[in-house]
Amino acid sequence: MAVQRRSPAESVAMTGNEAVADAMRQINPDVVAAYPITPATEIVQIFSAYAADGRVDTEMVLAESEHSAMSATIGASAAGARAMTATSSQGLLLMHEMLYVASGARQPIVMPVVNRAVSAPLNIHCDHSDTMGSRDAGWIQIYSENAQEAYDNLIQAIRIAEHPNVQLPCMVMMDGFIISHGMENLFTLPDETVKEFIGERKPLYPLLDVDNPVTFGPVDFTDFYFEHKRQQFEAMLEAKKAILEVAAEFEKISGHRYGLFETYQLDDAEMAIVVMSSAAGTSRYVIDRLRRQGLKVGMLKPRVFRPFPAEELAEALKDIPVVAVMDRSDSFSGQGGPLFAEIRAALYEYDKRPIMVNYIYGLGGRDVRVESIESVYRDLDIIRRTGVVGPRVRHLDVRE
Amino acid sequence: MSEVTQQKANPIRPDAGWKELPWGGIIPVGGTARAFKTGGWRSNRPIWDSEKCISCMTCWIYCPDMSILVEDGKMIGIDYDHCKGCGICAEVCPPRVKAITMKPEGV
Repeated sequence: MAVQRRSPAESVAMTGNEAVADAMRQINPDVVAAYPITPATEIVQIFSAYAADGRVDTEMVLAESEHSAMSATIGASAAGARAMTATSSQGLLLMHEMLYVASGARQPIVMPVVNRAVSAPLNIHCDHSDTMGSRDAGWIQIYSENAQEAYDNLIQAIRIAEHPNVQLPCMVMMDGFIISHGMENLFTLPDETVKEFIGERKPLYPLLDVDNPVTFGPVDFTDFYFEHKRQQFEAMLEAKKAILEVAAEFEKISGHRYGLFETYQLDDAEMAIVVMSSAAGTSRYVIDRLRRQGLKVGMLKPRVFRPFPAEELAEALKDIPVVAVMDRSDSFSGQGGPLFAEIRAALYEYDKRPIMVNYIYGLGGRDVRVESIESVYRDLDIIRRTGVVGPRVRHLDVRE
Repeated sequence: MSEVTQQKANPIRPDAGWKELPWGGIIPVGGTARAFKTGGWRSNRPIWDSEKCISCMTCWIYCPDMSILVEDGKMIGIDYDHCKGCGICAEVCPPRVKAITMKPEGV
């Protein structure tokens, strides 16, 4: 995200959860159905106070589980409502069955997800194992570096999900505790601006349109099911265009520029890391430090993981000699994390491509320190100078 | 119809391609159960004897598939396109009437 300079006096101090709850207040969804889970609880807790105080027109449904929360959200969306929920970790896993129903039924539900590790062993701190487990569920996935991005992304997500060419659900991520509970200064938009930007939802086949009865969820066998999955493939391609279209419009109202990913000092970089979410901030600081020492280091921060911007990422990375992809989850394939696998696949078509290594990092909230990121660049420098790759998949800051 | 923008679709043709089908498996018209001929699921077939039938309408009340055909207050036959052969009609037909008997299909 590139930010236009604004006076600090216009900024407000908020945690990530507060910023997202405030965006939800401005979105003013028709229905919110939810179940609490650390560290996402606060989002709906704060929002429910807005609902109780009459500051939103939302019908709140306090469900008995996340499976029910997502089910109610899907039902409300099928009825024609703009419907939202929020969750984390085990909650997202309990929703898993219904995630496919939301995307398969083409319901443009928007859901903030606060990234948290999954059991076992029990852990409430940040990693990306929860949403990476949902990567093939047919949802658009947008990852946020900080509270500002989480706020901005959530507002854009409404437009992306409801785009007439897309009609897919969208989850918007931020890192648990690091962002969700960390206080930062950010710029919010006036309520009226958000209202005008998102407009009214125009549902295609609202169930509440009793004059035009429709069937949702009929059995779909060998004769039609495949065609409907082909439509979802197309919708994801359209989502990539819609994300950029909405970002361009959002820049006009906010001064904040978004793309499919963001680069930092990448143009002349000899070594780069690819890293999502909050660790990108630490990386930027390390890059500035190492650049002063004469090391040509850079970073690419993916924002959109679904749809996966393969060609764009490959174009941005293909000429860099050595690249480390940072995964805050492991797919346990034995070949590294999901981001690594997909970025490597994206570069397969290119004759010239970087030497690539994978770092699994920050699992269960393991702190990502300046020294951690710096050690990655030092490793890349050795690979660049010697040409010796060593282990393809590495574990950052794990005790031997 | 545009490839990417979903319009209100027409009733679904069996050979419709992915570009023209309504998204999400939605059926955009009502009353489509009639077009789904579920009679093929039947393994036992109710045989109705019009001579014995007294049109008491008990079978009409109990039939879960609305497959008892009625005209002017009289039973006139069975809708084999939708009857699944559950046998409830034969079961509830009064013992002294026994106008419906179940026979295995394909025998």
